[in-house]
Amino acid sequence: MKRTPLYDRHVALGATMTEFGGWEMPVQYTSVIDEHKNTRTLAGLFDVCHMGELEVKGPQALDLLQWVMSRNLAKQQIGEMKLSAITNEKGGIIDDVTIYKRADEHYMVVTNAATKDGDLEWILKARQQKGLAGADVKDLSDEMGKIDIQGPVAQTILTEIVEGDLPALPFYHAMDTRVAGMPALVSRSGYTGEDGFEVYATISRIVEIWDLLLRVGDPHGIKPAGLGARDTLRLEAGMMLFGHEMCQTVTPYEVIYGWITDLDKDFIGRDALKRQKDEGIRRKLIGFELIDRGIARHGYPVIAVGEKIGEVTSGTFSPTLGKAIGLAFVPVKLKEPGTELEIEIRNQRVKARVVQLPFYKRKK
Amino acid sequence: MAKPSPHDRKYTKEHEWAKPNGDGTVTMGITDHAQELLTDVVYVELPAVGRKAGQMQPIAVVESVKSVSDIFAPVSGEVTAVNEALEATPELINKDAYGEGWIAKIKMDEPSELDGLMTAEAYEEYIKANPH
Repeated sequence: MKRTPLYDRHVALGATMTEFGGWEMPVQYTSVIDEHKNTRTLAGLFDVCHMGELEVKGPQALDLLQWVMSRNLAKQQIGEMKLSAITNEKGGIIDDVTIYKRADEHYMVVTNAATKDGDLEWILKARQQKGLAGADVKDLSDEMGKIDIQGPVAQTILTEIVEGDLPALPFYHAMDTRVAGMPALVSRSGYTGEDGFEVYATISRIVEIWDLLLRVGDPHGIKPAGLGARDTLRLEAGMMLFGHEMCQTVTPYEVIYGWITDLDKDFIGRDALKRQKDEGIRRKLIGFELIDRGIARHGYPVIAVGEKIGEVTSGTFSPTLGKAIGLAFVPVKLKEPGTELEIEIRNQRVKARVVQLPFYKRKK
Repeated sequence: MAKPSPHDRKYTKEHEWAKPNGDGTVTMGITDHAQELLTDVVYVELPAVGRKAGQMQPIAVVESVKSVSDIFAPVSGEVTAVNEALEATPELINKDAYGEGWIAKIKMDEPSELDGLMTAEAYEEYIKANPH
């Protein structure tokens, strides 16, 4: 298993470690609920060095990205960040990524940890098939680290050690700056539903940045948060996780990625997705809450009229809402909020209700 | 650090405790060490009163945010009472695993089964050797 440079810090903080995407990562330091609530009310610090970063550069960089990404990037501005899916010929999702435009002909693609090698291989194959030799693709993952600082006071804390006008940075935009005097890329974005930032810097300086953020953030209430809280935070915010909601046999339209799929340009999977859009999808990812007691988990069957009609993709106890919530695939006709379903938990059927996503939206 | 294990009861390798009540029943729950490993208990599935279970058969389910754990009957017998307070406040297990966080009372089929369980000292040695 791989370890991030912050491994020793996690162990010293008493974290429970777990395997995630081939990495040994902290699942919690004290308690998932405490870390979750601290991120919602103050700030949480997340080690996400396990995520992948790919650089795409050169005169054909945009052509290559347009060919492999579901999102139309033609109008992306320098400093702007875009969420996209990478789809296969059938429209199935290979990964969901964020794309940073660093400069003209210079992009960074941020991938999930477990999918990075496959993404790189896929993009290189596409580059070859399309004859896009003018796009250089480089794996930066081993040299680049990533820390997320999330929560209502994240900006206050990060402002103390970042150069430039952080408060002026718009949502889903990035700036090249210095953090604690070290070159870094900072974007206002994240995976928690709170205001916050993703900080990229050279891997050799990540421990310094982590320590400094904990030190200057301490009076403001920052606490490290593990993957357990990251998962409950993203689920409350209605965000999906590759490997749970998405895999190579699930298309963007079946989940909630229709808005990042642009059929007006050509890309791998476009024709299959066009066909699916014209014919209509059969299943849809929905949010649900349990009416009865219990907690629905990944893989539990969804039942309607006595038959298994779908499956839970993620489920947990929501620390903010104090109830059991989850995401599940159901036939399209059952996707409307208010629809009652049953979830099978240890051979018992409990009542659930389809609800509007997200479960939680922060007050602006 | 886990609270000391009380001497008025016996312990299993699966981290349950059983406290004899002197009337042929035991009160059972999970140990403080177990609740520390679980952290935030957010749901408890209690057995029905009257349910019978063999020794070390699953009798309840305790869920944290991240995990689902079977809880085993420390002795064989019939459930005579359950701690309904856990339905609304499962965190009682975190707060007071040896007291208010009790799970069920079992009328023992075979009181001698208690002799085969660990004493408080033996349990403390056991968790020292098996911290996870």
